[in-house]
Amino acid sequence: MSSHAFARAPQLDIDTILQDRDVHILVCTGAGGVGKTTTAAALGLRAAESGRHVCVMTIDPAKRLAQAMGLTSLDNTPRQVPGVCAPDGSGSLFAMMLDMKRTFDEVVEGHADPDRAAQILSNPFYQALSSSFAGTQEYMAMEKLGQLHARAQEDGTWDLIIVDTPPSRSALDFLDAPARLGSFLDGRFIRILTAPARGAGRGLGRLAAMGFGIFTGVLTKILGGQVLADLGTFVAAIDTTFGGFRERADATYALLKDPGTSFVVVAAPERDALREAAYFVERLRTDDMPLAGLVLNRMQVVDDPELTAEQAASGAQRLTELVENSPDAEGLELTAALLELHAQRMRMADRQLHLADRFAAAHPGVPVGTVSALAGDVHDLAGLREVGGLLADITSEGAHRDQRD
Amino acid sequence: MTERRWPEVALHVVSGKGGTGKTTVAAALALTLARDGRRTLLIEVEGRQGIAQLFDTPPLPYEERKIAVAPGGGEVWALAVDPQEALLDYLESFYNLKRAGSALRKMGAVDFATTIAPGLRDVLLTGKAVEVARRRLKAEAGAYDAVVMDAPPTGRIAKFLNVNSEVSGLAKVGPIRNHADLVMGVIASPSTAVHLVTLLEEMPVQETIDGVAELSGDGLPVGAIIVNMTRPPMLTAEQMTEALAGSLPASSIARALEEAGLAAHEDAIVPALLREATDHAHRVALEEREMERILALGLPTFALPLLSGGIDLGGLYELAEILQDGGLW
Repeated sequence: MSSHAFARAPQLDIDTILQDRDVHILVCTGAGGVGKTTTAAALGLRAAESGRHVCVMTIDPAKRLAQAMGLTSLDNTPRQVPGVCAPDGSGSLFAMMLDMKRTFDEVVEGHADPDRAAQILSNPFYQALSSSFAGTQEYMAMEKLGQLHARAQEDGTWDLIIVDTPPSRSALDFLDAPARLGSFLDGRFIRILTAPARGAGRGLGRLAAMGFGIFTGVLTKILGGQVLADLGTFVAAIDTTFGGFRERADATYALLKDPGTSFVVVAAPERDALREAAYFVERLRTDDMPLAGLVLNRMQVVDDPELTAEQAASGAQRLTELVENSPDAEGLELTAALLELHAQRMRMADRQLHLADRFAAAHPGVPVGTVSALAGDVHDLAGLREVGGLLADITSEGAHRDQRD
Repeated sequence: MTERRWPEVALHVVSGKGGTGKTTVAAALALTLARDGRRTLLIEVEGRQGIAQLFDTPPLPYEERKIAVAPGGGEVWALAVDPQEALLDYLESFYNLKRAGSALRKMGAVDFATTIAPGLRDVLLTGKAVEVARRRLKAEAGAYDAVVMDAPPTGRIAKFLNVNSEVSGLAKVGPIRNHADLVMGVIASPSTAVHLVTLLEEMPVQETIDGVAELSGDGLPVGAIIVNMTRPPMLTAEQMTEALAGSLPASSIARALEEAGLAAHEDAIVPALLREATDHAHRVALEEREMERILALGLPTFALPLLSGGIDLGGLYELAEILQDGGLW
């Protein structure tokens, strides 16, 4: 049936990574709904409680998780989580929620004189771009990461920044959207659009100038002249202010390729989430980016894997047949139900292991850490501590896997 | 025959938090709605090819294709909407601008319109869905009885559907604006129903409650809540209470295991079964609490069980059957 590749996959040694002083940035990425934010927060807490000075940047945390970290509002400023430190008193934990519009506004305000900044901030195109463009969140997450990192280098407030990534269509968007936005803003299209402001078609060459005619014609037809005018003004303002969006995006991208950065890919033991994780792992390899490993959240725990699904199910069947003539009908019914429950859990665990095996077989050598499914949601520091503990606990999680060989 | 639910709905939009299984539910819904000789179209807008994977077919092109038959002779068709193709399609059908399209593509303008320009991408994606759904409203050829869209997640759904407000900030007049108005005329009407998929966990339930409020606030029609991957209680209410209190009768279970022929490693099994029972009882209690919050919304609610074998084509038909039996259609 399965290759048992998962059982042979190296164990993700999360404590070694969290203790590695050369690691300054840890990026948690993966499909939506797999527990990225919780993982990022749990890793942050564990690192802080082992003496590191940590800043966790979350994108869109659940309300109670945010409250657990003392985040009551989206204010874009890292706040210290009270009472978190290592037993010897060292270490600290800061947390913040990303406000993408605010971050974008701050970039504008920081790079333009007040008049020009006001002009940009009130442009309808800027407003739409900064609040709803599908790649803005990724771009601003990168931007904020760059800022936090610069501050950490400067004053040493933090020695580890942990980033949760936006809930994108694809996890790869986090890597690609900023460059896409950057290359667009620096690209030919924008130069053409802003050309009217500089004198139509100048410097574009004859062919491009011809194309330009068709082009503005088409755009005016579709978008309407007013949109084009707004866009032109916006782009011209942005262009002269920033002088190189692309450079900016490239600089942050380079930060991600730095050996001081490490990626933790988060997944749930489900087909889609693991496929997304596989794309990401492959991409990191292609781009030479450092992968710490895969965290598999919500693994079904099986308390007694010795009793197989088949044995349990047939035992349940037998008891159901015996119920009628038994003096302890109640006990038999209860036990039959418990055996059926066990069989269900075993089947679920088998399916999850099968999926994990497929991933591990295709990506041998990628360290894997597992977190068992918790009965409830995580919404306090104790819960985060538990998740961190499960991630770091090599013995109990490893034991489950060894039993399969 | 019982009265059909949503007879006037031509466009079913299925959203849900990531990981709740919205693609699976959208597919099951398309199968359910295709029963008894009807024809439905399942639309994907996020370029993930989730439908092809679910139905175990090669990647879908930007073209309507039959992918499954429904019980009673119906058909499910599928379409993966690619925003770039949709833009060229739109330019061609509305402006007869096919050739300009390729020039625009070379200049990066197509890329601009479909990935960068705020809102335009969503206008194109929703525009295509509305165009197909409108065939039925206009009784045109190639009409489907229902169009089911596997839509972006709950956190983005109101913004995605509310293309009008997005565009109106930018284009106050002009063809794009007219097009957006037309799209909104269908989406914010009884011809559309937005269904939200959730799990019975705190975070997805909260997102669903927030999503319903946001959709209603924007005048978008909320259809049903579909609660996915529920775990039916395996124990009676009394046994659940005992499991939570840790007072299930261990000795009685041990005797029963002997009768079941599982005496061999009974010492290990009994405590394991008891722990699993407690875990299950906690989980069921949590699901009941979350279910109450969902029911308090007062919307039609359907529950789908967690299939322990995972979702394959057979599982999909099973879920469609459950939706049908639950009176969804």
